Amino acid sequence: METTTLDIQKIRIDFPILSRKVNGKPLVYLDNAATSQTPQQVIDAIVDYYSNYNANIHRGVHALSQEATDKYEAARHKIQKHFNAAKSHEIIFTSGTTHGINMVASGFSTLLKKGDELLVSAMEHHSNIVPWQMLAERTGAILKVIPMNIEGELMMDAYDKLLSNKTRLVFCNHISNALGTINPIEEIIEKAHSAGAAVLIDGAQAAPHIKADMQQLDVDFYTVSAHKMCGPTGVGMLYGKEEWLNKLPPYQGGGEMIAEVTFEKTTYADLPHKFEAGTPNICGGIAFGTALDYMNNIGFDAIAAYEHELLQYATRRLLEIEGLKIYGTAKSKTSVLSFNIEGIHPYDIGTILDKLGIAVRTGHHCAQPIMDFYKIPGTVRASFCFYNTEEEVDVLVSGVRRAVAMLQ
Amino acid sequence: MEIKEIQQDIVDEFSMFEDWMQRYEYMIELGKSLPLINEKYKTDDNIIKGCQSRVWVHAELEADKLVFTADSDAIITKGIIAILIRSFSNQRPQDIIDADTKFIDEIGLKEHLSPNRANGLVSMIKQLKLYAVAYQTQLN
Repeated sequence: METTTLDIQKIRIDFPILSRKVNGKPLVYLDNAATSQTPQQVIDAIVDYYSNYNANIHRGVHALSQEATDKYEAARHKIQKHFNAAKSHEIIFTSGTTHGINMVASGFSTLLKKGDELLVSAMEHHSNIVPWQMLAERTGAILKVIPMNIEGELMMDAYDKLLSNKTRLVFCNHISNALGTINPIEEIIEKAHSAGAAVLIDGAQAAPHIKADMQQLDVDFYTVSAHKMCGPTGVGMLYGKEEWLNKLPPYQGGGEMIAEVTFEKTTYADLPHKFEAGTPNICGGIAFGTALDYMNNIGFDAIAAYEHELLQYATRRLLEIEGLKIYGTAKSKTSVLSFNIEGIHPYDIGTILDKLGIAVRTGHHCAQPIMDFYKIPGTVRASFCFYNTEEEVDVLVSGVRRAVAMLQ
Repeated sequence: MEIKEIQQDIVDEFSMFEDWMQRYEYMIELGKSLPLINEKYKTDDNIIKGCQSRVWVHAELEADKLVFTADSDAIITKGIIAILIRSFSNQRPQDIIDADTKFIDEIGLKEHLSPNRANGLVSMIKQLKLYAVAYQTQLN
C-alpha cells in the first residue's frame, strides 16, 4: 500500500475492539457493511455525556440542560456541514436509516392517490422496499422495479422507460449493501425531477465511504445510520428539502413536536422539531457528530483511495481460489465482496470463518430479491473499512481455503 | 436406548476431540449418515423456518415410536440436524417432548444455541418437538 497516505496501524489503535480475540484468534472484522467499529474518541464522547452533562434538552432552564442542548444542536450543525445541507432544520435526527425511510413513506400516505407510481431499484435492502409496499397498499399506488444487469448495475434505459408523469417517487440506494455497486444517483435524481418525481436515496452504505453533497445532488431525501460510520447504534439522520419536510405531516405525535396543545387542536412545532417527537437519543446524536469529526480528520478522499486499493487486492486474492465467484462486479463499486464457492453453502463457510476469528456476514443480507435474481440462497459477504489491512485479507483468503478443504 | 443414553454417547464421542476443527469435521461426518428425507417430502411446508440454510424434516409414526428423516443444503447444518435426529428418532413422542437438549452445550456447539437468527438449532429443536406433540395428540 505504498500510495496511501493513511497510517493504518496508528488508526487501528483508536479502535479498542480490533485488538481482541475471538475463538482464541485475533479478530479479523470484515462485517463493516453491517456495522462499523467505534473509535475511542466516540466512546469517550458517550462516556463524557453520561458522566458530565446528561440532561433532557430543549426545555430545561438549568445549566445541564442548556449544555446538552448546545452540544446536541452543535452535532446537528456538524451533520449539516458534512452533508452540505442548505439549512440545519433540514437535518432530522432519527434512530437510523430505516426510521428515516418510514418517516417519508408514512408522510407520503397523504400525498398519493390511486394509480400513482413509485419506482424502486432492484437492489434495495428490505428497509427500502417494505415501507413503500406498505405505502402502496395504503394508497393504491403502484410499485414498479428498475431492473439490474448481471454485473449488479441498474439498467438506466429501463429506468427512462419506467419514468412517466405518473411517477411520484423514486427510491434507490446510493450503494448496494449486498453488491457494493455505486449507483448513478446524480442521473437518477435529475431524470426523476424532469418527470416531476421526488427522490429518496438510502445512503446507509455510502455514508462511510463517500461524502454526499445534498445541494449538489439536489436530492429530496437522503438518509443514513451513524453506526455504519464509526458512530453509535440507534441514531441516524434524515435529510429532507425544506419544502418537502413542510409538506409532509408529522410521523409521530408527542412532546417536543408541538407548538400548542389543547384538547380541541394541536399545532405543530417548526422544523426540525415537527419530526422529533419525544426525548431523542441525545447522547447518540452528540456521538454521531464526534464520529463525523473522526472520519473527516482522516479525510474521505484518503479513505476512498485506501479502500479502493484494499478492494482491488482482496478481489485479486479471492479470485485465486478455485470455484470462487464474486457477485456484484459493477465498474463502480465500494469495498464489499459478496461471493460463493461452487458446491458449498455460504452458511458453512461463514461458520468455519467465525471459528477462525474472521467476522463476515452470510445469508441474503436483507436483500432477498437480489439473491432470487442470481438464483442463490445467499452469499458470504466480506465488507472492508479503512482500518482493515492487506494482512487481514490474507487471513480471510487462507480461512476460506481452510473452510473449503473441510467442506468439500 | 433412551434419549439420555444416546445423548451421553454423543457427548462421549465428541469429548475425544481436542479442538473445534476435529469436532466440526466429525459433525460433518455425522451429517453424511443422516437418514435422508424422501425427495417427495422436500416441500416448502417441511422447511424449518428460522434457519439461514434450508432444512427439511419429516416425521412418521412407526408403532408407538416417531421416526425422523431430514436433509439440508448446508453440510454443517446437516450435521447438526443429524445429531438431533440421532437423539430423538425411534423414540416415543412423549419422551421427545420431555427430553432436554443440554448435551448440545456439552459437545461444544453452544454458539449454535444463541438467539441470533442466523442459526436455526433452536428452531430445529422446536420443530422436532412440535412433531412429537402432534403425534402424541394422535396417540391419545
